[in-house]
Amino acid sequence: MTDALYQLTDLSKRYTRGRESITIFSDLTMEIAPKDFISIMGPSGSGKTTLLNLLGGIDRPSSGSVVCDGVRIDNMNQGKLAKWRAANVGFIFQFYNLMPTLNASQNVELPLLLTGLSGKERKRRVQTALEIVKLADRAKHYPRQLSGGQQQRVAIARAIVADPKVLLCDEPTGDLDRATADEILETLQVLNTELGKTIVMVTHDPAAARYAERELHLDKGRFVEQEVMA
Amino acid sequence: MNDGTLIRKSLFRKKTRAILLILSIMTAFLIFGLLGSFSRVFTGGADSAAADRLVTVNSINFTLSMPYAYYERISAIEGVQSVVHNVWFGGYYQQPTQFIQAFASNIDQYFVVYDELEAREGSLEDTLARRDCVAIGRALADQYDFTLGQRFPLTSNIWQRTDGTFTWEVDVCMIFEAETGPTNYMIIDYEYFNEARSFGRDEIGWMTLRTGNSELNDAVSQRIDTMFANSRAETETTTEAAFNAAFVEQFGNIALIVTLAVGAAFTTILMIVGTTMVMAGNERRRDVAVMKTLGFSAPRIFGHVIGETVLLCLIGGLLGLGLAAGLIFVASEALAGSFPGLAMPTDIVLTSLAIMLAFGVVTGLAPALNAMRLNIVDGLSKD
Repeated sequence: MTDALYQLTDLSKRYTRGRESITIFSDLTMEIAPKDFISIMGPSGSGKTTLLNLLGGIDRPSSGSVVCDGVRIDNMNQGKLAKWRAANVGFIFQFYNLMPTLNASQNVELPLLLTGLSGKERKRRVQTALEIVKLADRAKHYPRQLSGGQQQRVAIARAIVADPKVLLCDEPTGDLDRATADEILETLQVLNTELGKTIVMVTHDPAAARYAERELHLDKGRFVEQEVMA
Repeated sequence: MNDGTLIRKSLFRKKTRAILLILSIMTAFLIFGLLGSFSRVFTGGADSAAADRLVTVNSINFTLSMPYAYYERISAIEGVQSVVHNVWFGGYYQQPTQFIQAFASNIDQYFVVYDELEAREGSLEDTLARRDCVAIGRALADQYDFTLGQRFPLTSNIWQRTDGTFTWEVDVCMIFEAETGPTNYMIIDYEYFNEARSFGRDEIGWMTLRTGNSELNDAVSQRIDTMFANSRAETETTTEAAFNAAFVEQFGNIALIVTLAVGAAFTTILMIVGTTMVMAGNERRRDVAVMKTLGFSAPRIFGHVIGETVLLCLIGGLLGLGLAAGLIFVASEALAGSFPGLAMPTDIVLTSLAIMLAFGVVTGLAPALNAMRLNIVDGLSKD
């Protein structure tokens, strides 16, 4: 028995495009400890996002296993996987992926609709999440009325509102200027250090990767370098 | 916020498109509501017909007359309980545009054969006391504000009097109502009418009779028509319902016309809404993928999309139906003479609601299945 939050064993992922079979990675084995903050870097097509999708249970491996907190998720059916995602994982995307028809507060509330909490409790949690990302004063603003950095902070609030163990971030600062990107990364750091969230972040940006505790380099489906940040 | 909020917000994601779709659906249900209500007035005669009531007309055409003597002979036929004879008066009030549906009949028998009619003002006795008395239905009285005791000129656009005029002065001696069936007509005394007309004297247009038992209908009809076979005016006797249906068919197959018009409107709208919703679903692949990523299950996503199309159809449909009901309400008074009892029937409302729900489910099915089956990774992909 290991203390790791995630255990990935002999993980392979292949796609078939026409007659061609493309291997993203094969026999990948790794562990992620609880409260870890990992950045994964690598060239395009190296399998970073695919790895993140497998960790988040939105894609399935061709072979191997993904175990999170003692629960094997790679062979769960879609219904169970949806419930597992809702309870355990928060996602942060490069392009925020907020619902354009909902205001900031409603976007943040979205994952709580799956919890069975009362309206009052949901409202309280939404308020707390927005305060954590310093956007409580923009609760009624729609995404189109917010800057890129503000939208990403709403997305972070949506990711943490249901109090998941893990945050999976796919290029969270890829669409932001340096100063705003640093603000977002500092927020992620706070979530990791103060709230104990395990964070796995895919990025192309070496400056962003340095906010993590551990930096992994993926190339052609293999980790070629590992760096522990000071 | 709840799932209803999400459905509503999603529906109005593109307001112009949603409003145009609602207007399209509204138009279809407006047509359905209007045509359905008018159609019911046309076919309502068959509904209000009594099972044991028969109508005897000239076999060549019901506009051709028969000798008055037929009335006496039919009254004596076995199985005939009561008979009333009628002549189409073709009347109007002060102006030719103020059409009045009037029959010259033996009024006493009229209220025996049509026993569902009840005198609400005045009485049958009062009406029979004077030959210039007329009995007026409530709808007609309301249309021209006729009151009990009022004397007015009733002019015919068919019958000329021996004095060269076309007008019979009449008194309102009774206003009658009926629980079912129209009351948009009046009855003038046959004798008063007959003695003054310059042609067609002692002729009658048609007769309505009762057998008291619908099982006797066939036998009585046969006896009547056999009695007048090979005469100068052969007869044709049918049930009142069949006669009313045949009368309506003069104007065309109303039910078929309504079905075709409404069917064409609904088919067009179904295709427009269905195609638009599929397109809207494709535009929202990323949103659906995000919701699935957050943990919304495939069946719940399916329900959201179906809920959206059902909501769309209900908004458009109820607006259309409401507008139709409003127009019918406004028009019912002005058209009381031509379309008595014009109103939106309950079954049209219930049928409309059923169509709205079915429409919502059918148009939402393809986009809902697409959304349910959407692979999250494909939905989140940048292209």
